[in-house]
Amino acid sequence: MQLFLESLFNGVAIGSVLLVAALGLAIVFGLMGVINLAHGELMMLGAYSTYITQLIFKQVSFLKPFYDSYVIVAIGIAFLVSGTVGVLLERTVIRRLYGSPLETLLATWGVSLILQQFVRSVPLAYASGLVVALFLGLFSPLFISDYLLSGAKGKLIRACTWGFSALVGVATGGILSSLVSKLSRASARNVDVTAPSWMRGGIDFVGITFPKTRLLIILITVISVLVVIFFLDKTAWGMRIRAVTQNRPMSDCLGISTETVDIITFGIGSGLAGVAGVAVSLLGSVGPNVGGNYIVGCFMVVVLGGVGNLLGTILASFSIGIMTDLIGAGRLLTIWPDMPSPIASTIDFFATTSMARVMIFALIVIFLQFRPTGMFPQKGRMVES
Amino acid sequence: MKLSKRIFAGLATASLAVTVTACGGSDSSGNFDDTVTVGILHSLSGTMAISESTLVDTEKMAIEEINAAGGVTVDGKSYKIEYIVEDGASDWPTFAEKSKKLIDQDGVPVVFGGWTSASRKAMLPVYESKDAFLYYPIQYEAQECSNNIFYTGATPNQQSEPATDFMYKRSPAAGGDFFLVGSDYVFPRTSNTITKAQVKQLGGKVVGEDYLPLGNTEVAPIISKIKVALPDGGIIVNTLNGDQNVAFFKQIQDAGITPSNGYYVMNYSIAEEEISTIGPEFLEGHYGAWNYMMSIDTPASKQFAKNFKKRWGSDRVVADPQESAYNMVYLWKQAVEDAGTFDDNAVREALVGQTFDAPQGPVEVMANHHLSQTVRIGEINAEGGFTILEETGVVEPQAWNQKHPSSKGYACDWTDPKKGEKYRM
Repeated sequence: MQLFLESLFNGVAIGSVLLVAALGLAIVFGLMGVINLAHGELMMLGAYSTYITQLIFKQVSFLKPFYDSYVIVAIGIAFLVSGTVGVLLERTVIRRLYGSPLETLLATWGVSLILQQFVRSVPLAYASGLVVALFLGLFSPLFISDYLLSGAKGKLIRACTWGFSALVGVATGGILSSLVSKLSRASARNVDVTAPSWMRGGIDFVGITFPKTRLLIILITVISVLVVIFFLDKTAWGMRIRAVTQNRPMSDCLGISTETVDIITFGIGSGLAGVAGVAVSLLGSVGPNVGGNYIVGCFMVVVLGGVGNLLGTILASFSIGIMTDLIGAGRLLTIWPDMPSPIASTIDFFATTSMARVMIFALIVIFLQFRPTGMFPQKGRMVES
Repeated sequence: MKLSKRIFAGLATASLAVTVTACGGSDSSGNFDDTVTVGILHSLSGTMAISESTLVDTEKMAIEEINAAGGVTVDGKSYKIEYIVEDGASDWPTFAEKSKKLIDQDGVPVVFGGWTSASRKAMLPVYESKDAFLYYPIQYEAQECSNNIFYTGATPNQQSEPATDFMYKRSPAAGGDFFLVGSDYVFPRTSNTITKAQVKQLGGKVVGEDYLPLGNTEVAPIISKIKVALPDGGIIVNTLNGDQNVAFFKQIQDAGITPSNGYYVMNYSIAEEEISTIGPEFLEGHYGAWNYMMSIDTPASKQFAKNFKKRWGSDRVVADPQESAYNMVYLWKQAVEDAGTFDDNAVREALVGQTFDAPQGPVEVMANHHLSQTVRIGEINAEGGFTILEETGVVEPQAWNQKHPSSKGYACDWTDPKKGEKYRM
C-alpha cells in the first residue's frame, strides 16, 4: 500500500511537471496547429521572471515582509512576461506563417536561439525593462477609445503610447539595475531560485515523505488545468477559440475576429509556458538552456494524448510520469521480488533513468504505430485538414 | 558609397592607432628580445562556457605574471609570452578544428586547453598526428596516457580513491552502504567502476547506481531508488555534472536525504564555484575531494586567491581546475627554460621531473605525463567553502587505474622507449 502510494505520488509529481509544461503547447499546437519550438524558451523566461521577482522581494524594503509569498506573485508576473513575448512573437513572426508548418518550425527554432542568446548577453534589469515597454506598448491601445485611435491622429496617439512605453521601460531597467546589482550585468551563468523556507522540506504522512515543492507544483498544475478548462468551455472567448479551431472560414463569416482569437490563444498558451517556468525553477537551476530540456517531452505528451485534446494531454502526461517511476525506479522488482530471472534482469537493465527514458520513448513509438493520432484523436470534419 | 568608404577608412585608421598604442604600451612594460605565442583553447560560448572561461582567466593571469617577472628566458634571450584565445564553443569537433588551426596556421609551440573528456578525446588524434602539445588541466577518469598530452588534473587515485577510503572508514557514515549517482557519460561511469571495485576490496557494499542523461533534471526516480536502497542513511557518491547538481541537491533535501538523517554525499565535481551556484544551504555537511581548495591555509594558496581576485574582481573564487591551469603554464615555462628551446620533443623530455611550488603545495611531473599531488577531503561549510578534514601526502598519479578491471597491472612511462603508453608492470 505504502509502495503503491509512493509510486503513485512520484508518478503524479513527474507527470504534473510534464503537464504544466505541455499545457501551453497543447493550446498553441493542439488548438492552433502552430509548431512552436520556442515554447521551451517561453518557459525559460517564466523561470527568469521568478528569479527576478525573488531578488526584488529580497532587496526592496517594503516588499521584504512578504518575501515568503514571492512565488505566488511570480506566477502572475511570469504569465504576463511570457504572454507578452508570446503575443509579440505571434504578431511579428507566426502571423505571417499560418498554414506553412515547416516554415513556422524553422522560424520558431530561430526565435528560440535568439531568446537563449538574449538572456545570456543582455543584463536582466534591461531585459525586464524591455518586456515592460513591450507590455505597455502592445496592450495600452486596448484601454484607449477607438475614436482616438482612428484616422491620422490615431497614428500619432499610437506613436505616443509607444514612446511613453519606451520611457517607462528604460526607467524600469534603470531602477532595477541600480536597486539590484546582480541584475545590472549580463551573465551566462545559471542562476538559482531558492524556495522560501515554508516550501522547503517535506510532509511526512503514512510513512512517506511528500516534498513540499512537488506538492506545490501539483497544485499549480491542477489550478492551471481547471482555469484553462473553465476558460475554454464557459467563457465567450473560449467558445470563439473553439469555433475558430473547428472551422476558421465559417467563424470568420459569422463575425468572429479570427485575428484577435489568434492573439488571445497564443498569448494564453505562452503565458502558461511562463507558469510552467515558475514550477521548473523550483526544481532545478535557471539558465538559458532550461527550456530545451523540456521541449521534446512537451511535444511527446501532446502527440501521445492526441493533438487538440486537453483530456488526452492530461492522461498522457500522467501515464508518462507513472511509467517513468515504475521503470526508472525498478518498482516491479520490489513488488514481485521472486519473478523469473530473465525478466528480472531485463527489468533491472532498464531501471536507470537513462534506460527508462529509452524504454518510454520506444513504447510511445510503438503505441503511435497503432494509434497514429494519439490516445484521443480529433473527431469530426476539420475543414483545414 | 563615398561616405561608407570614408567611414571604413576612418575605422581602419582608428583600429590601427589602437593596435599601435597597445603594442607601444606592452613594449614599455619590460624589455624583451622576442615574443612567443601560445594557444589557449576553451569554450567561451555554449554550456561549458561558465566553467571553462574561469580557466582562460587563470591562464591569462599566469602568463601576465610570468611576463611581469621577465618572461621566458631561452638561450639567454628573453621572450614575452603572447597568447591566442580560441573558442571551442562547447562542441567537441570544434576543439579538434581549432587545435589544427592553432598548430598549423598560428604555429604555436603549446596549447593549453580542454575541460570535458569528450573534448580531450576529440583533440587527442590531432595532437598525436601532428606531434604537437596539449596541456589539459582537469581532474578526469584517466585510462589514457598520450605522449602528446600533459595532464595536470587529478587521476582517480588522486581524488576518488582517497575519498572512498575516507567515506568508508572515517566519515560519520563509516561502514555504511554506497549508492552511486552520476551523469551519463564517460567520467562518471569509469569513476564508478573504480569505486565499485574499491568498495568491494574494503568489504563494503554498493547497493545501487544510477545515471542521469546529460541535460535531464528529473531526479525523482533516483531519489526513490536511493530511499529503497538506503532506508536508514548511507554514503552517496555523486558525479553529476553542473546544473544537474542543483536539481539533485534541491530535491534530495526536500525528500529528507540530508546529513541530519544519516545521508552523506561525497562529490567529485563540486568546487567553490559550483557551491556558490547551487547554494551552500543545500550542500552544508556534505563532502568534496580535491587537490586544491581555496581554504588551504598557506601563504602560496592565499596569494593565489588574492592575485586572482585582484585581477578579475573581488567576488571571484578560485577552485581546483583553475589551480591546475595555473600550474601547467608555469610548468611549461620551466620546461622550456630547462630545454633551452621551444621545440616540442626537447620540452617534453625536460618536462618530466619538473617540480613547482603550486598553491596546493609541491607538485612534480611524473614519467606518465601526470602530476604527483596532494589530496584533500573537505566538508562543505555554510560560508560556501570547504573545511579541510584530511590531507594525504603527495600521491603519485596512476594513468592506468589499478582498481579498474581493464587496466589492473598496467602503467605508462614515456621516458623509457621500451615502455611507452601501456606496459605490464
